[in-house]
Amino acid sequence: MKDQVNDFAFKIGTPNGTGSASANGLVMQTIFRMGIPVTGKNLFPSNIQGLPTWYEIRVNKNGYVARTPVFDLMVAMNSATYAQDVAEVRPGGWLLYDSSWPLDDRLIRPDVSYIGVPIAQMCGEAFKGVRERILMKNIVYAGALAALLDMDTEIIRGLTREKFSKKPALLDSNDGAINLGYFYVKEHYESPLPIRLEKMDKTGDSILIDGNTSASLGCVYAGATVGAWYPITPSTSMMEGFKGFCQRFRHNPETNEDDYMIVQAEDELSAIGIVIGASWAGARAFTPTSGPGISLMNEFLGLAYYSEVPTVVFDVQRTGPSTGMPTRTQQGDLLLCAYASHGDTKHLCLYPSDPREAFEFAVVAFDLAEHFQTPVLVLTDLDIGMNDWMIPKLTWDDSYVPKRGKVLSAEELEAAVSFSRYLDVDGDGIPYRTLPGVHPKGAFFTRGSGHNKFGAYTEDGFEYQEVLDRIARKIETARTAVPPPVFIRREGAKVGLITVGGCHAACVEALDQLPGVEYMRVRGFPFAPEVREFLDSHEVNFVVEQNRDGQLRSLLILDTGVCGDKLKSIRYYSGFPMSAQHVLAGLKA
Amino acid sequence: MSYIPKPKVHHPSLRKNLIGLTRRDYEGSITTLCAGCGHDSVTAAIIQAFWELEIEPHKVAKLSGIGCSSKTPAYFLRESHGFNSVHGRMPSLATGAAAANRDLIMIGISGDGDSLSIGLGQLCHAIRRNVNLLYVLENNGVYGLTKGQFSAAADIGTTSKKGEVNEMGPVDGVLLALSLGATFVARSFSGDKEQLVPILKAGIRHQGFAFVDVISPCVTFNDHEGSTKAYAYTREHQHGVVAADFVPERSEITTEYPEGSTQEVTMHDGSRLRLRKLDPDYNPTDRDRAYSYIRERQASGETVTGLLYIDPDSKDMMSTISRPLYNRPYESLCPGSAALDKLQARFR
Repeated sequence: MKDQVNDFAFKIGTPNGTGSASANGLVMQTIFRMGIPVTGKNLFPSNIQGLPTWYEIRVNKNGYVARTPVFDLMVAMNSATYAQDVAEVRPGGWLLYDSSWPLDDRLIRPDVSYIGVPIAQMCGEAFKGVRERILMKNIVYAGALAALLDMDTEIIRGLTREKFSKKPALLDSNDGAINLGYFYVKEHYESPLPIRLEKMDKTGDSILIDGNTSASLGCVYAGATVGAWYPITPSTSMMEGFKGFCQRFRHNPETNEDDYMIVQAEDELSAIGIVIGASWAGARAFTPTSGPGISLMNEFLGLAYYSEVPTVVFDVQRTGPSTGMPTRTQQGDLLLCAYASHGDTKHLCLYPSDPREAFEFAVVAFDLAEHFQTPVLVLTDLDIGMNDWMIPKLTWDDSYVPKRGKVLSAEELEAAVSFSRYLDVDGDGIPYRTLPGVHPKGAFFTRGSGHNKFGAYTEDGFEYQEVLDRIARKIETARTAVPPPVFIRREGAKVGLITVGGCHAACVEALDQLPGVEYMRVRGFPFAPEVREFLDSHEVNFVVEQNRDGQLRSLLILDTGVCGDKLKSIRYYSGFPMSAQHVLAGLKA
Repeated sequence: MSYIPKPKVHHPSLRKNLIGLTRRDYEGSITTLCAGCGHDSVTAAIIQAFWELEIEPHKVAKLSGIGCSSKTPAYFLRESHGFNSVHGRMPSLATGAAAANRDLIMIGISGDGDSLSIGLGQLCHAIRRNVNLLYVLENNGVYGLTKGQFSAAADIGTTSKKGEVNEMGPVDGVLLALSLGATFVARSFSGDKEQLVPILKAGIRHQGFAFVDVISPCVTFNDHEGSTKAYAYTREHQHGVVAADFVPERSEITTEYPEGSTQEVTMHDGSRLRLRKLDPDYNPTDRDRAYSYIRERQASGETVTGLLYIDPDSKDMMSTISRPLYNRPYESLCPGSAALDKLQARFR
């Protein structure tokens, strides 16, 4: 059999809550430090303990980072899912299992090689205490994988030393557990397997990071000072990230003073209310949430749109409708976010495709929200937000200056003859605003009820319409301000492939097998003029997305006016990240 | 509605406060509420309180939800920023504004529908957070703008204008606030300006959430016989237990009161509050006693009013933030590229 060097995938099945995350992280990080491109996808249940969870690791020398549904090796550590796990191994693949107990005959497939390691038995002998025995089982399979896949043991040891530098007892147990797995495999099996690792130098300028962490870092770098939230999977770790970074960068230990405020609200209604209140008072404020939170925030989004208060919301999408599957990924909020709230509204949306763009777009979101004085929604998803992605290192331009928009200072107000909140002074649809507490001349009454261009209450049809039409003009100009689409151009291509967000990885991988197909990924709404041009320049366009109803396709038709006949739909909405195979299958269908 | 501008005419003989402003300077546009509405008296008391406290109007932010009472911020402090928001959600906006700019002097105006029905959750959690805000609940027991439905504050047995009897128990804002740990709880009556103005002044100066429930009769839908929120009923059943004399920092207390009849509280800004006990049994710094006292009096049909509870050691939610966040220089907020580089070692 031909060796599959640095090009394979394996999957680890464990019961939730048994501590497998640190073992899986160790495996992934070791491969990464060996210089080999690697991706990890955590498929976890909405549960604290007991339900099955899987971790998929894909190693790919070409740098493909999308999910793959083909598994060469299965690490079956959860007896409850044995049957399913055995079935998922590709013909000719391997299955690593805990041989402390015999495998049921019905689980034996002739086309799969079985690697039994008596993990529970060895842990029972080597460790004391139930908790440690359970935890170390994970480290033992990591050790077994090290032998099977030819992981660099020096790197593993380096990682455990970094992690447990302050806890020598844990370091000893971890090193011991790795050795148990490693040497058992070395003694009893031929290793490494044909699927194996070889050092490369392709990760030197990269990091492994999840999108919630990078987006929260983006908020710190954007100068956000107020964060409000209500805990909801899969967005929770974003505020945890923000808190951690603020404790590090915004806390003065000498004076015990903070330059940030985080409010854990009673619900999402309150969370966005806090953001709007803080933004109205001049701070950069944001809230991370997921679909159910956006549903609740609709009323306030309408207020922010109509009263023109900058508002930044992160929607880490999960499957809907309703509670849906909270720990599964989807792009099901595209339409909801674009037109949230009753009445005529339209919101700026940003669609990062990975944690790097999540970092960058977080900064863009605040600039746009303050420039246009309107809500900006950043839509990631569970896959981007919670999984570790290999991305080029984050960079920061120290010459960046926040674009705070048209805010009149005390001096400007002092010099002004008068101030009216909603006058289109500059003819660009964007009025001037003032902050409370600054100057008597800046006072005005913000309201969600009908108002005229001077900011006064109105029930006059003309006055009302005048303001509403100006807001439409303002949002229209955002087309050229949101991040433009990215393209992969191919001379003479008659077919277009269009996608959004996290489907990018699957699409670019598929494109390598699709000569004659051009690619566009939209990154902001309302859509830039190039989007319509791209659609027009092909006989047919395939729109790839992760929802049932083809929401991106609908949005393209609504916003660009393109004829729907030109847009075919490729959808995958099971809740798992999309793979290149789904794209290819959709194109052939 | 607030579209009728009020002429800004100053009579030369109008008294000025120490910062040179007359009461007129604290007014807003002309009210569009019904003639005789209790809310207009509350507005007048608010104007008086801010004038007496010599606060520059533009340092104030006034927020409200939706309803008759929520319209009133347009009728006072024309030189303050106002925010007439969405129904029942003013507390969250106030929380955000307080977080962004801790120097803002904030007043929130709400009603019994806005606070005790649609906005009950927001009210409770703003109390829990101890947001630095004077929260005035203008309580008339009825929905005015939608023409007279009972609100959650309506007492059992109270009748609507059409004679319908309310059979559901009320949500009592004062008892609610006390049980949630509110640091300042008062109840007053729109028809008792002498009692209300000092309470409002103390509430403005209080560091934290100052909850003031003001019975403020609705002349159109809830001022009839059979209503427990009518002018006549409130006058008859109001039982004042504590009067608050607000003493600014620089002033001396000159009035003498009998030993044991007053209790003095020093506010965080150095001003003092002299609480005159009209009922010697009452102790406005004992939460549990206050609660049971109010309940006992309720059982005998009396509405206890006054500054009912104050926690002199109150600290608002911004305990580790001493300066406004909204205008912190960006350079002090952004860690910069070198820090980003260093940080990323953790992601390798």
